[in-house]
Amino acid sequence: MGELRLMKGNEAVAEAAIRAGCDGYFGYPITPQSEVMEYLMAEKPHERTGMVVLQAESETASINMLYGAAGTGKMVMTSSSSPGISLMQEGISYMAGAELPAVIVNVVRGGPGLGTIQPSQADYFQAVKGGGHGDYKLVVLAPASVQEMCDHVKLGFDLAFKYRNPVMILSDGAIGQMMEKVVLFDPIPRRSEEDLIKQNPWAATGKPKSREHIIITSLDLDPAGQERVNLKLQAKYKKIEENEILYETLGCEDAEFIFVAFGLSARICQKSMDLARAKGIKIGLFRPITLFPFPVKAIHDLGKKVKGMLVVEMNAGQMIEDVKLSVGCSIKIEHYGRFGGIIPTPDEVVKALETQIIGG
Amino acid sequence: MEEPFVKTEIRKDENIVYKRTDLLVDRPLSYCPGCGHGVVHRMLMETLEEMDIQDKTIGVSPVGCSVLAYDFMNIDMLGAAHGRAPALATAIKRLWPNKFVFTYQGDGDLAAIGTAETIHACNRGENFTIIFINNGIYGMTGGQMAPTTLPGMRSSTSPYGRDVQTMGHPLKITELIANLPGVYYVTRQAVHTPSHVRKTKKAIRKAFEQQKENKGIAFIEVVSNCNSGWKMTPVQSNKWMEENMFPFYPLGDIKLDGKLIQKSEIAK
Repeated sequence: MGELRLMKGNEAVAEAAIRAGCDGYFGYPITPQSEVMEYLMAEKPHERTGMVVLQAESETASINMLYGAAGTGKMVMTSSSSPGISLMQEGISYMAGAELPAVIVNVVRGGPGLGTIQPSQADYFQAVKGGGHGDYKLVVLAPASVQEMCDHVKLGFDLAFKYRNPVMILSDGAIGQMMEKVVLFDPIPRRSEEDLIKQNPWAATGKPKSREHIIITSLDLDPAGQERVNLKLQAKYKKIEENEILYETLGCEDAEFIFVAFGLSARICQKSMDLARAKGIKIGLFRPITLFPFPVKAIHDLGKKVKGMLVVEMNAGQMIEDVKLSVGCSIKIEHYGRFGGIIPTPDEVVKALETQIIGG
Repeated sequence: MEEPFVKTEIRKDENIVYKRTDLLVDRPLSYCPGCGHGVVHRMLMETLEEMDIQDKTIGVSPVGCSVLAYDFMNIDMLGAAHGRAPALATAIKRLWPNKFVFTYQGDGDLAAIGTAETIHACNRGENFTIIFINNGIYGMTGGQMAPTTLPGMRSSTSPYGRDVQTMGHPLKITELIANLPGVYYVTRQAVHTPSHVRKTKKAIRKAFEQQKENKGIAFIEVVSNCNSGWKMTPVQSNKWMEENMFPFYPLGDIKLDGKLIQKSEIAK
């Protein structure tokens, strides 16, 4: 078993990056995720592993630093919160187009606009449906604990390099700020430059005489060429959908009703489940861990067995669209949400279940 | 196939005194005839060849006329989003400190949309080279006003001439950059005559030699023409550049060995 520590979610992300063998972190302060860079700066990762940490002049610069470093095959990460992630959309789209691996952590706060610094899940659409311009997908991981904040960094880097695609960790201000025990994985040494070049022959690392020059770009002015780029991306996303879906179920075996929730909402629904079951309501919890790829088939199959689903989100109803598309129109599916930084209580979720699904 | 102009019997290795460097890809450039970009490309690539650092160099191209620079330069390159080249170069150089890294940017890219990235990379004293082509216009998008368009100069978005009262003053970003402590070498050159070409090449060599010693930013502005955007013949455009651009953007070294050698004229 790895090292046991009590940490904030944001600190776990930072420590996991060092331990995953990350080569560089580029970021800009924003609440509620500033502890990521603070922890990294205090840890002196350049002494621990040789990792570079740089405070950029903006989120726009951070994401483009990520683009540059990722284009040379380096393992790099940034983190921010909602308004900062909006600024990064340009670079994220370019990275998806140029097929570059990186991990981007969004510790979501309430919006729109400057919004609030309190937790929210209102960036689901932005993370899952694109966010920037053009047809592209990020792999989106939704941690529900400090442990997963740590584990998803390592998983994120694995998926990013496996598919040459940016990965987003869609967290929220509560998971970023709360302290829990976390089992840290053992440190993985950073790759040597020789291994990096061998493992990433597509990367721009300096042209030796023995090969053609490498160009990292998302530009193809020829429509037929650009369509080929898009078809290749879509084929890759299909492969990700076939191979990388992750979800968790709790008490679904005998369930008549289901909570569908990700991240922090799923934690609240666990307590709501206990309360509802004590009242004799047969309720289960389905928690998607990957938001893209979305567990379409698992939710579809579950929809055939139960009477209704309540999708609980800290937003105005975003993931519910994907749940409805997965299930079809056969059962009652409703949304319960709080916004603007309000976290729903387990009691109000049970009440919503009773009024909207069971009695509705 | 036509007989080549040069007779094959005299085209022997020992007779060759000058040829296109292999670091330029053998394909037609996308630039208008008369444009200075091709010359700067060549000086840059000749320098890398002479220093034998093709395998140690990573370049970053911009958005603008030279967006396809990576197609012409036979080195590993990344195409940046508009204005973001210095951010890419910062991360590349930090993570590959033994490589040579440069950005190649136009005036709209470097001095308008990328001002923040440019100034902060320079101020941090990153160890890469910036090649800045200033032709006072957005060439690729069809001749719109640039941050460096001269007062009174016509463009498609200043069709009656740049009115500084409503359109702002031209930005002498090179003088701004020169005042930053992280910047080691700043020079302004041109490529419209053979002697200017030679000076530009010397400046590029100096910049890359200094990069080897981790001296900080080397910033080379090349004042160039845009005969298409300026709606002139190449010859007219070079004459116009000498008469109008050079008085506003005077050629020569601005900062040498980390010291300002010319009083900066940020606004006239």
